[in-house]
Amino acid sequence: MFEAIAFYLFAALTITMFTITVMTSQALYALTAMAAGMIFISAFFFILGADFLGAIQIIVYTGAVMALYAFGMMFFDTTRNVVEKRTNPQIVFVLGTLAALMVVAIFVAPIISNNIHAVYPIEAHVGNAQAVGIVLFTKYLVPFEVAAVMLLVAMISGIILAGKKMDKSLTLMAEEEIVMMNADTVGHTEKGEH
Amino acid sequence: MELYLYIALFAPLVGSLFAGLFGATPKTYLTGLVTSGLLFASFVSSAVLLNYVMGGHTVHVELMTWMATGDLYIPFGFVVDQVSVVMMMVVTVVSTVVHIYSIGYMDHDKGFNRFFSYLSAFVFSMMVLVMSDNFAGLFIGWEGVGLCSWLLIGFWYHKESATWAANEAFIMNRIADLGMLIGIFMIYWNIGSLQYDVVFAEIGNLPMAVVTWIGIFLFIGAMGKSAQFPLHTWLADAMEGPTPVSALIHAATMVTAGVYLVVRANPVYDLIPNVGMFIASLGAFVALFAASMALVNRDMKRIIAYSTLSQLGYMFVAAGLGAYWVALFHLMAHAFFKALLFLGAGNVMHAMHDELDPFKMGGLRKVMKGTFIMMTLASVALAGIYPFAGFFSKDLILEVGFVEHHYVIYTVLLLTAGLTAFYSFRLVALIFHGEERYKLFGIHPHEAYKYMLVAMSPLLVLAIIAGSFKMTYFQLVMNLLPATQYHVHDHVTFWIMTIGTQLFVISAILFAYKKYGNWNSVPDGSSKMENRFCYKLLWNQYYIPKIYDEVFSKPYKELSRFAWKQIDLKIVDATVDAIANTIYKTGENTRDIQNGNLSSMLRWMVIGLVVLLALAVAFTVGYNAVGA
Amino acid sequence: MEITLTHYLVLSAVLFAIGLIGVMRRKNLLMLFFATEILLNATNIGFAAISHYLGDLTGQMFAFFIISIAASEVAVGLGLLIVWYKRTGKIDLDIMTSMRG
Repeated sequence: MFEAIAFYLFAALTITMFTITVMTSQALYALTAMAAGMIFISAFFFILGADFLGAIQIIVYTGAVMALYAFGMMFFDTTRNVVEKRTNPQIVFVLGTLAALMVVAIFVAPIISNNIHAVYPIEAHVGNAQAVGIVLFTKYLVPFEVAAVMLLVAMISGIILAGKKMDKSLTLMAEEEIVMMNADTVGHTEKGEH
Repeated sequence: MELYLYIALFAPLVGSLFAGLFGATPKTYLTGLVTSGLLFASFVSSAVLLNYVMGGHTVHVELMTWMATGDLYIPFGFVVDQVSVVMMMVVTVVSTVVHIYSIGYMDHDKGFNRFFSYLSAFVFSMMVLVMSDNFAGLFIGWEGVGLCSWLLIGFWYHKESATWAANEAFIMNRIADLGMLIGIFMIYWNIGSLQYDVVFAEIGNLPMAVVTWIGIFLFIGAMGKSAQFPLHTWLADAMEGPTPVSALIHAATMVTAGVYLVVRANPVYDLIPNVGMFIASLGAFVALFAASMALVNRDMKRIIAYSTLSQLGYMFVAAGLGAYWVALFHLMAHAFFKALLFLGAGNVMHAMHDELDPFKMGGLRKVMKGTFIMMTLASVALAGIYPFAGFFSKDLILEVGFVEHHYVIYTVLLLTAGLTAFYSFRLVALIFHGEERYKLFGIHPHEAYKYMLVAMSPLLVLAIIAGSFKMTYFQLVMNLLPATQYHVHDHVTFWIMTIGTQLFVISAILFAYKKYGNWNSVPDGSSKMENRFCYKLLWNQYYIPKIYDEVFSKPYKELSRFAWKQIDLKIVDATVDAIANTIYKTGENTRDIQNGNLSSMLRWMVIGLVVLLALAVAFTVGYNAVGA
Repeated sequence: MEITLTHYLVLSAVLFAIGLIGVMRRKNLLMLFFATEILLNATNIGFAAISHYLGDLTGQMFAFFIISIAASEVAVGLGLLIVWYKRTGKIDLDIMTSMRG
C-alpha cells in the first residue's frame, strides 16, 4: 500500500513539475521545476529497488546537469522572461496527446511475449549496488570505458567551445605579458567593443 | 513470263522512287524522261503479257506472304488473266502518253519532279489494283490510288480550292471504302479466304441474303471510286488538279476501278440480279443526270468531267445488266478518247493562259490546228458515230438494254447519247469556231509543243480504230467473263435502231453547231436564258453540293468545334493539366516543410512519430484480431 | 492496489508526451534542451521499471548509460549554444533559418 501511495504521489508531483517546465514563460521557474522533477524521478528509482541508479540520478542529473544549465542561463541572461512567438499551439497539444494515447495503448495492451528470460537476473540477497558493480565492470566494461572517453571528449569540447582567448596559454606566459593583456582588454572595453 | 509481270508491276514504282529523290530540287528533265521510259517498259511488258494471254495461258505468281495469322492467309499475289491484262494495257498506254505529255505541260512548274513521282506512284497503285489476285491486294491498290489522287488533285497545294477539292475527293472515297471494307469482311467471314478463285468458287454456297449484302457493300465501294450518285460531287471538283492528272485519273484509270471491281466480281453479281438491276438503274440515272449538268456549264474541264461521269453510268448499266464484257470494252474505248479530250483541253488551257470558260475563247482552229483535229475526232468518237470506237461500245450497251427488255433504261441511254453529242460539240464549237473572243482579253494563243502532239497521237489512232478490236477482245475475255452475245433478232428492228440512233446523234451535233458555231459575245449572267429556273438548277449542279454542305459539312463542323472546345479543351486537357498542377502545387506546398526552422522540423518529426505509432497499433491490433 | 508494470509504463508514456510537447512548443534553445532532458528521463523510468518487474539488470544498465550520455550531450550542446550566442547574440529558433531548403 505504501508503494501505491508513494507511486501516485511522486507521479503527480513529477508530472506537475515537468508540466511547469514545459509551459512556463519564466526561465528560472522552468529550471527550478526541472531540478525538482529530477529529484522525484530518483524517488521512483528508489521505489523500484534501483538504489544505485537513484543515487546516480541525483548526483549526475540534478547536481551536474542542472548546475550546467544554471550556468548556461546565467551566461545567456535569460533570467528575465523568455519571449517566444507561439505558432499553432493547438497542433502541438493535439500531436502530443495523440502520441501519448498511442504509446499508452501499446503499453496497456497485453504484452505479446511472456516467456522472456532474464539475461542478467536480479538476485534477491545481493544488494543493488553490488550487483550493478559486478555486472558493470565485467559484462559492460567496454561500454563503460567508451562512455568514460566520451565524457572526457565532451568536457574538453565544452572548454574549447566556451573558453575565451584560447590561443594564448596563461600558464606559459610571463607575468608582464598577462598584465599587458589585461590592460589591452580594459582599453578595448573602454572603447565600447564587445 | 513472271519477269514481264514484275517489270510491268514495279517499273512505275521504280520511276516514282527515282523521281522522288529529286522532289526538293529544281526541275530537271531527267525525272520526266526516266519515268516515261520506265512506263514505256511497263507498257511493253503488258503487251508481251497480252500476247501470251491471248495464247490461252494465264500468269499467276505469289510474291510473298503478307499475313498468315491463325486462319487468315493473305499473300501478295498477282494474276495476269484476260480481264486484268486488258486493264493493264489500258492503264499503261494512257499512262505512258500522259507522262510524255506532262513533260511539256508541266514545263514551267516548280514542282516538276514531284509531279512525276506522284504520277508514277499512282500508276503503280493502279497496277496493284488490277493485277492483284485477292480482295486485300485490291483494297491496297484501291487506297493507293485514292491517296495518289489526293496528292495529285491538290498538287498546287497553295491554292485553297485545290486542297479543298483534294480533301473532298479523298473523304468521299473513304466513306465509300467503309462499305467496301464491310463487304470484304463479310466475304472473309463467310468464306474464310480472300483469294478470287476461292471466293468465286464458294460464293454459290452462301445464303442469298449474305450474297446480296456482299454485293451491295462492294458496290458502295465502287460508287465512291466511280463517282456514282450520291457520291459524285468530287469528280467535277477534282478538275482543280493539273490537266494530265484529269486525263489519267479521271478519264481512264481511277474512276474505272469501280467498274473493274464489278466486272471482276461478276460471279457474285450473277447470283443477285436484283442488285444488278439497281446498279443498272443507278447507272442510267447518273448518265442522264451528269449529261444534264454538262449542258450549261462554262468550265471546259468540268464539261469533260461530267461527260466522264455520264459514260461511267453507261458502263455500270452494262455491268449491272450482266454484260460484263461490254462494260469492260466501253471502259477501254472510253479511256482512249476521253484521255485524248482531256489532253487536248490541256493544250487549249495552256494556250489561253489557264482560262477555262469556252465563251471566252473561239476561233482557235486557225491557231491550233493539231489540237483542233484531235479534239474534234475525240468528240466524234465520244458521240458514237460509226466507224469510231464509241459507236461500237456505246451502241452495244444500247443493244444490251434493248435486248434484255429494259426499255426505260434504253430510252434514258438514248436520250443521254443525244445530250452527249450536243454538249461535246457545244464545247468544240465554242472553242474552235466562231469569233475570236479571246482577243478581248489580250491573250495570244499558240499551239502546244510538237512532241506533245506526237505523244497524243497514239490515243487518236486508238480512238479511231479501237472498234475493230471488238471481236478479238471478245474471243479473249470470253474465257473468263460470261460470254453472252447480244443480238437483236429482228433485222428490221436492228437497222431501225442503229440508223435511228445515228441520225439522232448527228442531228444533235448539227444543232450544237448551229447554236454555238457563230457565237460572238461573252455572256455575263444577265441574259434571259441564264435567269431561267432550269438553267440555274443545272448551273448549280441541282444544288447538291450546297445541300451536302448544309446537311453534312456544317453540322459536322459544329460538332467538331463543340467536341474540341467543350470536350477536348475542358475535359481532356483540363484533366491532364490538373494532374500536372496537382503535382506542382503539392511540391510548392511541401517545400515549406524544409524552412530551416528547427521548431517546425521538430513538429514534423513528432507527426512522423505519431503516424508510425498509429501504424504499429493498427498492425498489432490487426495481427491479434486475425491470429486470434 | 497493486502497482504493476503497466502503471509505470503509462507514467513513462505520459512524461514522454510532456517532453514531446515541450520540444514542439519551445522556441528558445535553452528551453528546448530542458524538454529533451525530460524525454530522456521518461525513458529512464521505463527502463528501470521493466528491469524491476522482469528481474533483469539489463534495464538498469541501459538507464545508467543513458544518464552518462545525456550528461555529455548537455556539455557539448551548451558549448555549441555559447558559440552561437557569441556570434549572433540571440538564441531564438525562429531566427536560425540558414538551413532553409
